[in-house]
Amino acid sequence: MSAVITTSGLVKQYGRLRAVDGIDLDVQAGDVYGFLGANGSGKTTTVRMLLGLVLPTSGEIELLGERMPRAGRRVLPRVGALIEGPAHYGHLSGRENLSLLDAAGRGGSWRTRRRRVDHALDQVGLGGIGRRPVKAYSLGMQQRLGLAGALLRRPELLVLDEPTNGLDPQGISEVRELLLELHRGGTTVFLSSHLLAEVEQLCSRVVVLDRGRLVLQEELATLTAPTGCTVVHTPTPERVRGTLDGRVTSVDGERVIVRGSDPAEVNALLVGAGIPVSGLALERPTLEEVVLAAAGTSPDRVEARP
Amino acid sequence: MIVVELRKMFRRPRTWATIAVLNALPLLVAVLLLLTDLAPRAGQGPPFLSAVLRNGALYPLAALAIVLPLFLPIAVAVVAGDSIAGEAQAGTLRYLLARPVGRTRLLVAKLVAVLAFVLVTVVVVAGVGYVIGSTLFDAQPIGGTSVSGTPLTSADLSGRTLLAIGYVAVSMLGVAAFALLFSTLTDSPLGATMGALAVLVASSLLFTLDAASPIAPYLPTRYWLAFVDLFRDPIQWRDITRGLALQGLYVGVLLAAAWANFTTKDITS
Repeated sequence: MSAVITTSGLVKQYGRLRAVDGIDLDVQAGDVYGFLGANGSGKTTTVRMLLGLVLPTSGEIELLGERMPRAGRRVLPRVGALIEGPAHYGHLSGRENLSLLDAAGRGGSWRTRRRRVDHALDQVGLGGIGRRPVKAYSLGMQQRLGLAGALLRRPELLVLDEPTNGLDPQGISEVRELLLELHRGGTTVFLSSHLLAEVEQLCSRVVVLDRGRLVLQEELATLTAPTGCTVVHTPTPERVRGTLDGRVTSVDGERVIVRGSDPAEVNALLVGAGIPVSGLALERPTLEEVVLAAAGTSPDRVEARP
Repeated sequence: MIVVELRKMFRRPRTWATIAVLNALPLLVAVLLLLTDLAPRAGQGPPFLSAVLRNGALYPLAALAIVLPLFLPIAVAVVAGDSIAGEAQAGTLRYLLARPVGRTRLLVAKLVAVLAFVLVTVVVVAGVGYVIGSTLFDAQPIGGTSVSGTPLTSADLSGRTLLAIGYVAVSMLGVAAFALLFSTLTDSPLGATMGALAVLVASSLLFTLDAASPIAPYLPTRYWLAFVDLFRDPIQWRDITRGLALQGLYVGVLLAAAWANFTTKDITS
């Protein structure tokens, strides 16, 4: 496994505001890396620093083994990016937009350009798009076109900021399939999002930012590992407390949390005592609970001072 | 990258609309002159206009003189002001730079595209002026008369016209440099264009003010109409060389500032 993105002590200061405050990222080849955080937590600034758009105040960035932003000319052609929503020239067709983007930089012969553009359009499901100008596209189609732009040069690393924004449920599921397929083909995916469900379904590792600081960097499987308790759903929670006295940690309506990592054993005890059980599961923290516990309140909130 | 920028510029309907509008004014003036036969007296109104009723072959120069003081600078300021700020506003700037396109390369390509726009516009205005002049007025293709009154041969006249087109293009490059600098400072193309126009208006205003005479030789619009001197006999080079040197200085300084700003800027658009 080799490092694809490494940052150390990354800081970006805007006047008196520290937008990014000492972030150490570590993304390995083959990861699907979820980059989480509320609005204004420094996600976008970090993504822009990775791509050399914003220059860090201090700290180091290595992308695919080379120092950014110095090596941008060599490294960035191997990276595909979708940064804060797609952007195109509205009066040109999607195909023409991709062709201009491809021609603008190195890393692709003009001979194969047409084929690559067609392939990228096919990948995102816009193969038959024709000649109409991009300003006539729906939001979802523009999002797909942006994704096609990121895939144009078959990148080793995809940096995607909210890739499913504006897509309908079918589109979201298509994009998820596409990303998983690319990942199986060896592409590392760095996915910045605040749609926790999306991250939970795709990512193998997650990072959580809060007000410019990194508060969590962990394998998703570890974060959502069973807590050692069992969740019991029953119409008679008070009888559960009576039978399993001492093992019940909390009761919330018909939902009772019982210590014990074997639901079958808990079930046998309850059924033996004649208590009706309507649902039974191992307790796992959801990603939402993990993130909320790690990150605190949203930085969008501006409370009045007393 | 330069090819890409040229493709973007000349595939844009706005570019051609601007050029069409620029040509509408000389056409209107020509039609009015023809209908009323009221040419401005020699020495008044735009240069060359008094002479075109006698010789339509001078109309390309009259057309340039009509659009030069206001319309051409506006068009150049719009195009150059849009160059970086327009990409920033549309959001395409971040994708270009992440593609990656070197920032210096992008700036140079934008400058070349603006220069191409200036040349195409000036040549089209002169060309349309020639068509207007030779169809609506009596043209004397054999030769012309210089502003000083001596006759010019046809070859002489076309050579001097080419020089005049070049001089006007260089003058517009100064406008372009102002607009390009402002374009790297703001994400609003309108702001960049207005900034460049404000500089030109201020310069024209100061030029008419006696109290500003010490700085008058350094005003960017000071030598704009010096291309008229190319049609004197003999050619008076003094103002033309000063004009070229002044524009060269402005372009150099402003582009250096634009480069220094753009290559160290955080792209947050």
